[in-house]
Amino acid sequence: MGVGTVESSVLIEAEGLTKKFGELKAVDGIDFRVFKGECFGFLGPNGAGKTTTIKMVHCVLPLSSGRLFVAGKSVTEDAREIKSMIGVAPQEDNLDPDFTVYHNLIVYARYFDIPKSEAHKRAEELLKFVQLEEKRNVIIEHLSSGMKRRLILARSLINNPQILILDEPTTGLDPQARHMIWDKIRSLQKQGVTIVLTTHYMEEAFQLCDRILIMDYGKIIEEGKPSELVRKHIGEEVLEIPNSEQVAKFLQSGFRDIRTEVVGEKIHVFTNEPKEVFTRILKKFPLKGAVIRDANLEDVFLKLTGRRLRE
Amino acid sequence: MRGGEITANFRLPRLSYRVWKVWMRDRDVYMKTFRVNFVPPLLEPVLYLLAMGFGLGLFVQQIEGVSYVQFIAPSLVAISMMFNSFFECTYGSFVRMYYQKTFDAIIATPVNLDEVIAGELLWGATKSLVNSAIVLGIVALFGLVSSPLALLVLPLSFLVGLLFASIAMCFTAVVPNIDAFNYPQFLLITPMFLFSGTFFPITALPQLTQMIAQLFLPLTHAVSLTRSLILGRLEPSLLLSLVWLTVATIFLFVLSTNVMRRRLVK
Repeated sequence: MGVGTVESSVLIEAEGLTKKFGELKAVDGIDFRVFKGECFGFLGPNGAGKTTTIKMVHCVLPLSSGRLFVAGKSVTEDAREIKSMIGVAPQEDNLDPDFTVYHNLIVYARYFDIPKSEAHKRAEELLKFVQLEEKRNVIIEHLSSGMKRRLILARSLINNPQILILDEPTTGLDPQARHMIWDKIRSLQKQGVTIVLTTHYMEEAFQLCDRILIMDYGKIIEEGKPSELVRKHIGEEVLEIPNSEQVAKFLQSGFRDIRTEVVGEKIHVFTNEPKEVFTRILKKFPLKGAVIRDANLEDVFLKLTGRRLRE
Repeated sequence: MRGGEITANFRLPRLSYRVWKVWMRDRDVYMKTFRVNFVPPLLEPVLYLLAMGFGLGLFVQQIEGVSYVQFIAPSLVAISMMFNSFFECTYGSFVRMYYQKTFDAIIATPVNLDEVIAGELLWGATKSLVNSAIVLGIVALFGLVSSPLALLVLPLSFLVGLLFASIAMCFTAVVPNIDAFNYPQFLLITPMFLFSGTFFPITALPQLTQMIAQLFLPLTHAVSLTRSLILGRLEPSLLLSLVWLTVATIFLFVLSTNVMRRRLVK
């Protein structure tokens, strides 16, 4: 990141940000900065502290210690001002089940002091934006989960936010709905909205985020541009070969500078010269189903956070 | 430490005009289902008046110089003040808080948590006002209102409503799940419904029970105020009841926002 030019446009800044729930440190003294106009992603296994962190950013969870500023304002002092410039699409559906699609937007606009006529205008625009115009008079329980996500996105935009916070925006959606949400996020970013999102989907982070931050056990374990992180931790390509004892032994003895990992039925080989390694193995073993593929963010994620299940 | 805990329970809530935005949300829901909401409070007092007043009343002598049906008619108004806000701010608020996550959605906007809770309490009081007005109208139709002072029952119903809303919200702040509301309902609301001078004068109770009723049961004060206004019999002791209700309301309003905050802000 070209620090000199963007320094002035830091929008969110955390220093030693900590959140304790009793003895548990959910967020453990983290520092980060989000710059104006970027799409910034929080990645991490369940319970890593992602949601806790963004809840502190949008002022619904008090800090245990540390400092956190949004647009130069302190989250502890100026919560109302900060909340009025942020849009939030939470992880869980908290749409108002007593109202129709349209009325959900109108009632939400009221919380932001948006005048009635303006609220109606924006509600119309937003329904169009998320393609829910035909569902305007439908009660929430009759919407599919994809439609609910779209409405939550529309609702989060009712106050024309400068910052949009998306907590797992596409969890549980089918590919069509996911791509539609991604398109909307991209177009919002083009309009100048700063996006902060959390996700479990590496593909999502890779597609959308300019920078990501990987958290585990409340701490930051890596930060940077997705493609750079892949290159730094994994390299260009990964060799996947069927697992067998002989191959594993051969890999252990015959090579320098490789890292191997057994994943189910396969061995992943991380090396700077995958083709060379591949040909050498092929000379000794007739490997059916062996492939060389591009390294991806998931490789980085699993390397850094391990494969052990968290829940 | 102890002193700190006590003051923590009575921190004044931070409120602004945004309280009304929360109130308006609840009102909008009510208006959408107006017909369903309107009929039960209309029917219930009619049933009670017919069964208890005109039926049972035939076998009951005059109480405090009025017929039995005249005696219980004001109680029905006062009971509706209690029931409506109590149920709104227990079951209703709990559903919005826990199942619908409505509070979470609202506090992501410039509205703060204190305002959400205060809005809920004021809405509970409003429901008491609306339904007591309906019951008062029915009682008047039966010719059981004998003084224009009865109009003062309306502001009274808002105050009593706010008090029971606050009591309810204290339970909402501590119950582990929605079924637990059975406890305050059967241990607090039902006894009050029966022993607050509603269907027989509290003077019929043993001395000690009378004192307990007057010291601790808010409905006792609501009933005696409502009865005096509807029958047009003012006495100085009513002022005491009014002060009792006002002080209890302020005390519990503040307490309930604090215990709710403790439940919701970790």
